[in-house]
Amino acid sequence: MISLAEKRKEYQNRLVEKAKKTVIVVGMGTCGIAAGGDKVWQALENAVKNKNLDIELVYSGCIGLCYVEPIMEVHRPDMPRVIYGNVNGETALKILEEHALNGKVVSDLAVAQDPKEGKTVLPEIPILNEMPFYKKQVKTAIANCGIINPDSIEEYIAYGGYEALEKVLSSMSQTQVIEEVKKSGLRGRGGGGFPTGLKWEFAYKSPGDKKYVICNADEGDPGAFMDRSVLEGDPHAVLEGMAICGYAIGADEGYIYVRAEYPLAIKRLENAIAQAEKAGLLGENILGSGFNFKLRIKAGAGAFVCGEETALINSIEGKRGMPRVRPPFPAQSGLWNKPTNNNNVETYANIPGIIRKGADWFAGMGTEKSKGSKVFALTGKVNRTGLAEVPIGITIREIIFDIAGGIQNNKKFKAVQIGGPSGGCIPEEYLDTPVDYDSLTALGAMMGSGGLVVMDETTCMVDVARFFLNFTQKESCGKCTPCREGTKRMLEILNRICDGKGKPEDIDTLERLSNVIKSTALCGLGQSAPNPVLATLRYFRNEYEDHIHNKKCTAGVCTALLEYKIDPDKCKGCGACKKVCPVGAISGEKKEAHEIDAGKCIKCGSCIEKCKFDAIIKG
Amino acid sequence: MCCCEKKDPKQEALEALLAKYKGQKGALIPVLQQTQDIYGYLPKEALQQISRELKIPLSEIFGVCTFYAQFHLSPRGRNIIRVCLGTACHVRGGAKIFERVQQELGIKDGETTEDLRFTIESVACIGACGLAPVIMVNDDTHGRLTPDQIPDILAQYE
Repeated sequence: MISLAEKRKEYQNRLVEKAKKTVIVVGMGTCGIAAGGDKVWQALENAVKNKNLDIELVYSGCIGLCYVEPIMEVHRPDMPRVIYGNVNGETALKILEEHALNGKVVSDLAVAQDPKEGKTVLPEIPILNEMPFYKKQVKTAIANCGIINPDSIEEYIAYGGYEALEKVLSSMSQTQVIEEVKKSGLRGRGGGGFPTGLKWEFAYKSPGDKKYVICNADEGDPGAFMDRSVLEGDPHAVLEGMAICGYAIGADEGYIYVRAEYPLAIKRLENAIAQAEKAGLLGENILGSGFNFKLRIKAGAGAFVCGEETALINSIEGKRGMPRVRPPFPAQSGLWNKPTNNNNVETYANIPGIIRKGADWFAGMGTEKSKGSKVFALTGKVNRTGLAEVPIGITIREIIFDIAGGIQNNKKFKAVQIGGPSGGCIPEEYLDTPVDYDSLTALGAMMGSGGLVVMDETTCMVDVARFFLNFTQKESCGKCTPCREGTKRMLEILNRICDGKGKPEDIDTLERLSNVIKSTALCGLGQSAPNPVLATLRYFRNEYEDHIHNKKCTAGVCTALLEYKIDPDKCKGCGACKKVCPVGAISGEKKEAHEIDAGKCIKCGSCIEKCKFDAIIKG
Repeated sequence: MCCCEKKDPKQEALEALLAKYKGQKGALIPVLQQTQDIYGYLPKEALQQISRELKIPLSEIFGVCTFYAQFHLSPRGRNIIRVCLGTACHVRGGAKIFERVQQELGIKDGETTEDLRFTIESVACIGACGLAPVIMVNDDTHGRLTPDQIPDILAQYE
């Protein structure tokens, strides 16, 4: 067999050589680009070219600090690495001039520093690993994201990439690989949390000369973007994980099903596959071992239900993406009726680390029944949005308050939505629950893909339930009646409640419908569709009752239930609200308290935004 | 180049595409995606031709086209605006952004302006939740938006 060791040495030496020069890294994941990373890149590229500077300009994926995007880093050989946030074309040039060329840190834009050999640059700049956002994180699945150039197989190999594949092909039997994955305790990171090793074993034991490996990259949960970050930041890890799986179950072909909304991820994957084929790490006779494995990308066409594994298989086959009845399970009869293993992006990205460092290392993290670490996407009303990988078992409170920095604008925490539209909302009193598969399920939520959407006191929970139902209702494929019709009836009821026309029996009807759908729908999407309603009914029943009986929305969201008033004691009569009101509902003389005509008011909220004296009350 | 019998370049591209995928398993969705790249939507004649060449009943092709949100059976605008109404955008005011876009262009969700300049679509999530609320115009993502930024963004697209 061909060994990668020499190549790796060579690539590592190249990195060492490169580190002798000054390197500037720009974060260019979708999030970085959206925040203006491409403009930063343009400005730096022009400057480096025009002035013919001896500076290496490179890009990376996302390092998870979405709240300070766009991000650039400066690595000078004589100084620790410094990370700058919220840069733009202009400030990037300033950093280039002062720091990269002249060694003077631009301290007001510096977010963090990464000490080198114990040396720091300026004492007032936070140390990266000691920052609240980073301190409690462990980086395994996303270890390379934001560190390596995602378009360079050489860098991936230099960082230990494809070592696991080499190890498997040269020294492990199929069953040994499966045993190792089983021993690690890795559970599916896409939602259900099924033990990965067991899944592989089923596919391995299924008879058949043709088998398939599928990677589910149809990350459809609103509020989740960890798979996108892995694909954009470290695509080779996913390819390596899939190849190892192919070897273990006896498959020679694989598909990556990526949602069409992720064009950059598709581009980087295509490039990664081409590089791996060229390097003899994918395709025929990999590393001279006799093992063949070919990978193809399938771009989704916009259907949430295709995240369900049997619907995804139908979609790859070119059909309508509707779920199949199980059994038979895909491990027995999947793609083109052949045994198929299906895992998601993060699950595969964990595999190389498990093989390289051993199952015990991985199983050393986490809780008894949920091992390892999990990537969470932190969004909603928190101070620090971003991507964080934490050991499973950390509490929800630690994630929201320590890592994400608590709630924006000093508002009060109300609930956190975990697990996407199939998950549930967790209220304040359960914030000290450890995050693991079973504890979350017990609370009526689920790990899901790991999206955490934090809501504050200005969020109406009935409106949130309606939002999710609206989503699942639209995305229902229509194959089975409970999901197709049931979610529609539930949505009608929720719309009615939010419009102030709720009936006393509505809560009972919602519960009854939910239970029927849960127990009779064909696939996971339908079975979990009522979860947001059940979870909000469990923890925020009073809000439903307020809407129905008192016709009140205390969060001030449901327009039909709101009334805008002006507090005459606070109103200075400045007239700002009168000017901005689109329907002329506000009247009053200058310097005297104004009034809102409730009959004319359309409750658009423009006046509240304009009032400088907090004189307008919504309720 | 002068040739009176020259074929429509789009038609030629479609033929090349069909030749490439003919006989391949599971080819229908990539073929439809690339046909839509050629025409901007899926014209009836093209679907009939795909049906003949790939030997898939037109009814089945129609079923696939109408199942997936990405396929369109009528012409669309030169610029596609995708307004994200996902959870993170929802709690950060995505609805107000959506309202403003519709107001600026005078069209509603799923509609196209008369001059074919813009089409608006609401989508469930584009995975840039850290920058919510966001919209995507073609392949460009615009994040951390307020309604007042919308006119300037729209002005960038012809």
